[in-house]
Order: sequence, then C-alpha cells, then structure tokens
Amino acid sequence: MTGSRRPPEKRLFRPYGDTTGDGAVQVSFTLPLRHDKRAEGAALQLARKMGLDPALVAHAKPIGADYTFFVVYGRCSHLVDPTLVEVVEREYPLLTPKEVNQAIKSGLRRRLVVVGACIGSDAHTVGIDAILNVKGWAGEKGLEYYREIKVVNLGAQVSIADLVAQARAEHADAVLVSQVVTMRDSHLANTREMSAAFREAFPASRRPLLIAGGPRFDEGAAADLGVDRVFTKGATPGVVASYLTHALVTSRHPARSSGGATP
Amino acid sequence: MSARRPHGLLDLDPRAVRHARALARKAGAPVVRLSRTHTTVSVERAVLRLAGLQGADLEGIPWANRLVDVVREQVGLEHGVALPVWDALARSGQADVLAVAQQAATGALAFAVPEGRDATRARRLARAAAARGIAQIDRNRRQRERLVRRYGDPPKPWIYLIVATGDIREDIPQAQAAAREGADVIAVIRSTGQSLLDYVPEGETHEGYAGTYATQENFRLMRAALDDVSRELGRYIRLTNYASGLCMPEIATLAGLERLDMMLNDSMYGILFRDINPIRTFVDQRFSRQIHARAGIIINTGEDNYLTTDDAVDAAHTVTVSQLLNEYFAKEAGLTDDLIGLGHAFEIDPARPDSFRLELAHALLARELFPDAPLKWMPPTRHMTGDIFGGYLLDGFFNLAGALTGQGILLVGMMTEAVHTPWLSDRDLALQNVRYVLNAAGGLREDFRPAPDGLIVRRAHQVLDEAVALLQAIVDDHSLLEAIADGTFGLMKRPPGGGRGLDGVVKHGPEYYNPASELLEEGT
Repeated sequence: MTGSRRPPEKRLFRPYGDTTGDGAVQVSFTLPLRHDKRAEGAALQLARKMGLDPALVAHAKPIGADYTFFVVYGRCSHLVDPTLVEVVEREYPLLTPKEVNQAIKSGLRRRLVVVGACIGSDAHTVGIDAILNVKGWAGEKGLEYYREIKVVNLGAQVSIADLVAQARAEHADAVLVSQVVTMRDSHLANTREMSAAFREAFPASRRPLLIAGGPRFDEGAAADLGVDRVFTKGATPGVVASYLTHALVTSRHPARSSGGATP
Repeated sequence: MSARRPHGLLDLDPRAVRHARALARKAGAPVVRLSRTHTTVSVERAVLRLAGLQGADLEGIPWANRLVDVVREQVGLEHGVALPVWDALARSGQADVLAVAQQAATGALAFAVPEGRDATRARRLARAAAARGIAQIDRNRRQRERLVRRYGDPPKPWIYLIVATGDIREDIPQAQAAAREGADVIAVIRSTGQSLLDYVPEGETHEGYAGTYATQENFRLMRAALDDVSRELGRYIRLTNYASGLCMPEIATLAGLERLDMMLNDSMYGILFRDINPIRTFVDQRFSRQIHARAGIIINTGEDNYLTTDDAVDAAHTVTVSQLLNEYFAKEAGLTDDLIGLGHAFEIDPARPDSFRLELAHALLARELFPDAPLKWMPPTRHMTGDIFGGYLLDGFFNLAGALTGQGILLVGMMTEAVHTPWLSDRDLALQNVRYVLNAAGGLREDFRPAPDGLIVRRAHQVLDEAVALLQAIVDDHSLLEAIADGTFGLMKRPPGGGRGLDGVVKHGPEYYNPASELLEEGT
C-alpha cells in the first residue's frame, strides 16, 4: 500500500482485549457531577473525546452527593507506532540498595562517604532529608539505609566554608547540596558559589563529586552551575544512590582493574 | 487429664508475658530516670504555650522560641524557663507572658534566677499560669466525652483515613467527605520534614510538601469542621495528628488545647528514622505523653516503620519488643490501656508462602499481649507496587486480618499506594473494601480458633520467645541506649551523643522548676 519493497513489518498497534485489533480499553475516572443519566452521558462524551468509540459505561457509582465514579470500556480508535518512540536512556542502571551495597563493597572496598547540606539561608531540609534520612521518600529508603554509604547530614543553613571543611574532614566522595528556596535565584547563586569554593579548595583529582538538588533546578544546568549532576523534582533516593554508584564506583573502578588513574 | 483452659487463642504462658513486661520495665527504667533529670528547649516552650503564649514575630519565629532562647542565653535553662520568666513578669509589671517575650526580644529585659521570696512568687505565678492551660485541656477532655455521648461512638475497628493536600482549606472538605463516606478517624498528615523543625509553625497554612503543617490554628479549624460533620452524621469523628519529632512536647500541648483525639507518638521513631538525639527524644516523649494522658488523647505508636526497613518476618520480634517498651513508657507517663494505640503492620511479602497465616500470627500475638489496648493496624505499603488491582486484593486481606484479630484502629489502605496521594475515588474504593470485609466477615472472630499446634500458634510463640530473648539481651549486655546505638531496631545505629536536637537538652540544676510537670505529676 505504501510501496515499500521490504516485507510488510507490522508497525501500527491497537490495544488488545481478546481479539487482535479490537482496540479494547478500560478507564476509570470521577466527574464532579451528581449521579444521574446526564452524568452518565457526560462520561460517555468524555470517553468519545478520549478516542473511545463505541464506549460503554460499565459502572457508575455516586461518591457523596456531588461526584460520580465511572468505569468505562471502549474501542480506542488511536494507533501506536513503537518505532516512533524515543527512549531517553539514563546513562546508568537503576540499582536496588543491595546492588548498590555490593557494587561499593567490591568496587571501592570501603564505605562511600556522602556529605549533605542545605546551604545559604535556606532552612528547608525537606529535600535533603528525603534523600538522606532513613525515612526516605516515595516509598524508597534514604541513603542512610545503605550499609555501604556513610551519610553525614549537616542540616540547614550551612556556610560554604563549613561545608568544604566538613567534606575534607570526612573525606567525602560526594557532596549533596539541596536548595528549595529560589527567591531572586538564590539557589543558582548559592550553588555556583559552592562549586567554585570546592574547585578552589581541592585539586581536580581529589575534588568530591558535587550534586545539587531542588525542585526548581534545571537538570541540564549542571555545567553552568559547576556541579557534576543536578537532580530535580521526582528524584528518589534510589536514583541518587544509583548515580553515585555509577559515577564513583563502576565507571571509575571497572572490575577493579589495576593501575588505571581516573581521568 | 483435666482439661486446662487455654489462655486466649494462642495459649500464651502468663508467666512468659509477665516476664516480658518486667524486662521491658528494666530496659526502660534508666531512660525514665534520664527523662526525670533533664529538660529540653521544647519542654520549656511547651510550658510557655500551656501558659497561653501564642503567635510569632515578624519573621515567623514563634514567641515561645524567642523567649526560651533569650532566657537560655542570659541565665541558662538548668533552672527551667518558668522561674526567670515569671520573676521578670512580676518585677517588670508586664501584663502577660507575650508582653515579656516581646520585651525580651528587644533586649529590654534582664532575666535572673530568683531566690527566696522572689522565687516563691515566681513559682506561684508560673503555676497559676500553667494551671490555666491544664484547665483548658481538662475542659476539652470533658467536652469530648460529652460529644461522644451525644453523637455516639462508632464501633471498633475505627476506620482511619488520611488527608494530605498541604492546604488546610482543601483538607477540610476532603476530611468531611471522608467522614460522610464512613471514616471514624481523620488524620491530617504533616508536611514532609516537619518532624525536624525545632519550632511549631504559626497560623493557618496553605502550602506543604505532601502534607499540611501541624499548627495550632490548623488544629482548631479542622476540629471545628469535624464537630460540624459529627453533628450531621450522629457519630463522633476523631482527629489525629503527629507529635513525633523535635517538638513533641509542644505539639502534644497544642493538641490538648485544641481537642485533638489521637496523636502519633512513638518513643523511638524520631531516634531511628529521623536521627533525632535519643536523650532529646526520650525526655520530650515523656512530657508529651503526660500531656496526652491528661488530655485523654490516644497515642499511636510507630512499629509499622520497622517493617518498612527490615524484613517483616525476620524482624517481627522487634515490633513486639518496641510495643512492650512503648507500653511501659506510656504507662509510666500516666496513659491508661485504652489510650495506648500500639502499632503494627501487614508488611509480609505476599509472594512468601503462608504470608497471610504469618500475618494472622503476628496480629493475634499483639492482640493477646495487649488485650485492652486499641491496637493500630497499618496496611501494606512496602509491597504495593502500582499494580492497583493486586493492591486492592492485598488490602482486602489486610482488612480481613484486622477483622479476624480484633484490631482497634484500622488504617485504610489505598490501592494507589506508591502512585499518588489518594484521590477521592481511591478513598471511596478503599472504604468499600473495608465495608465489604467488615460486613461479610466482621463476626468471624467468634468462629476463628487457630489449631493449638498449628502454624499460627507456633509462630506467635516463636515471635514472643525471640522478643523475650532480645529484651533479655538488652537488659543483660547493655542498656536500651546502647542497644539503640548498636542498631537493634530498624537497623539504624543511633548513639546517645549524636543526632539532631542534642544541643537542646539540658540537665536539671538543683533549683529546676517546671510548673506543668508539677501539675501533671500531681494529677490535680
């Protein structure tokens, strides 16, 4: 049909219920409408706008006086083409805490030291604590939970000089800095000041890995801020631990081969 | 062979149970001694709050913090804050503690530790001021009892639901909707990290991270809204918040002043999961629980947390040990059995064979060890993966285990756990799940008799034995503080000289005076 000379390889797909091409889809949602025939009609209208035609309201249940919950089945008219899907590959694998511990143990042969702080006047330790505290975030335990990671959480309003001194005293492999307050772009200024101070205080080969995190950072701004990595909204302890393992262990000590100085 | 009547369904040996309690007392007693001889900045701020000090300065720093800081700077805290503050109040002729705090903040007041007749006067004034706060707490307790009689008390298990929008004005309609759909207890979850703030934020708040700040005004607004809906529904709806953290004594005080009904208050949660200094935590915990006891507030302990870090089968006995310790500390602080909501959770890997039978064994052990406590039964979180359909089934089994083992407070599990904070429809579906199970099997407890030599009974005995062995080791080899430092609980190592808030701990001087503690210990 398209005139392609290659054997026709299937490219386009519909959802599958019990027959190829049936496009069967199930969705559930709540409308802020009292449950009556009009509300059910509105649910069907929504389903059609979502590309479900025909659609069937299989279940409608009032939630209180003003809301109705629907389960709708329908035939979805949309097609998907997997060849057009762009997959953004993380350059490092996501590891479980166990795998992180194993990698550090065999690759580094000592505990990995992470120093964390909120710098400047920022008193919001929410971000750094979500990543570092055992309590963790999003169902994942924080870095303190990892046996092979030593966490030194300096808390809030840490001066940059103190942070550098502590990182040196603890022989930090990585320094995590959290910035939640963004008034007058203070998060950017603080982070640049911090990275400059570390560059001044450490020779390039000894400088700890610098990581900035906070909800308003741009993930692509690492170079601009002078840090090695930026984590933003949605980063979990597991993601950070996996990155640390990649950056400090597996990429630097591949199977612990002899004599290779890291670049 | 005369048939000996078994003790309960598990036939636990009463001597073993008594022994376990005795060991918990032995392990906990040194910590209580420590709590009696130390104060903290938060205990002292709670005294001021009880005496009516509210509000914050222009930068949002509570006056309670400002005043305690100034007093500490000038004369130290080993005498407590009451003597210097009410001495300054009497000498300067200020109208109230707020005026003292405001004057002190400008540097215009010099504090001193009064002696002789001045000390007697300061003590008398401080005691009268604290007594007014205690009287308010007493009025609230009586008011709760009246409302429970008037509107009616829901049958157990109480259905416990969480709201958490970050904005108290959004929380209110959600909480009322949840109550209308069947919730008996509303918990307003706090903003992430509030437990680490060394002050209690002020006023009505509209922004939080995955939760709403615990403030006195937010407490007041929510309690009033739930009173409205209790009247409408003919059922007293309880309100829960969280005391654990650096401000336990103050949040407990505010909860008493605003008639909250339950508070999360664990003796070790802050130490283990928030790296708060152990001594700070135990001192704060004792004062806060004395306040809860006075206020008739049911505490909820946090044993569920251990099972989110450690394996729910391997670490089952640490839950029992923590329950025994929490019970000891609670009773020592004056809480009665009906106010001790010991926690536990349904967190065994569902892929494990017999996981449900093991859950029943653990839940039944807690039930029989603490027959008069309103146990708080926490739903699965660790093995909720985003597979909402599988999760809905797991929650159903959790509800069934709760019904079958007579749990007192049932925290409603959400099938969208690990996906998002609950939607309106998530809560509605979750409540349908609870209602179906309670309606279909609520009475099954009457028929449920685990076989005397079956897996459930054997497993419960094994967990109790392991718990006793661990308590014995704590008592024999080292103290509770050392056990905590060694990582015995939840795998966390927390030495007594480390952690947050240590600089806020002060040893009592010979003249230490705390009018609130005095009134609470007297029980008058």
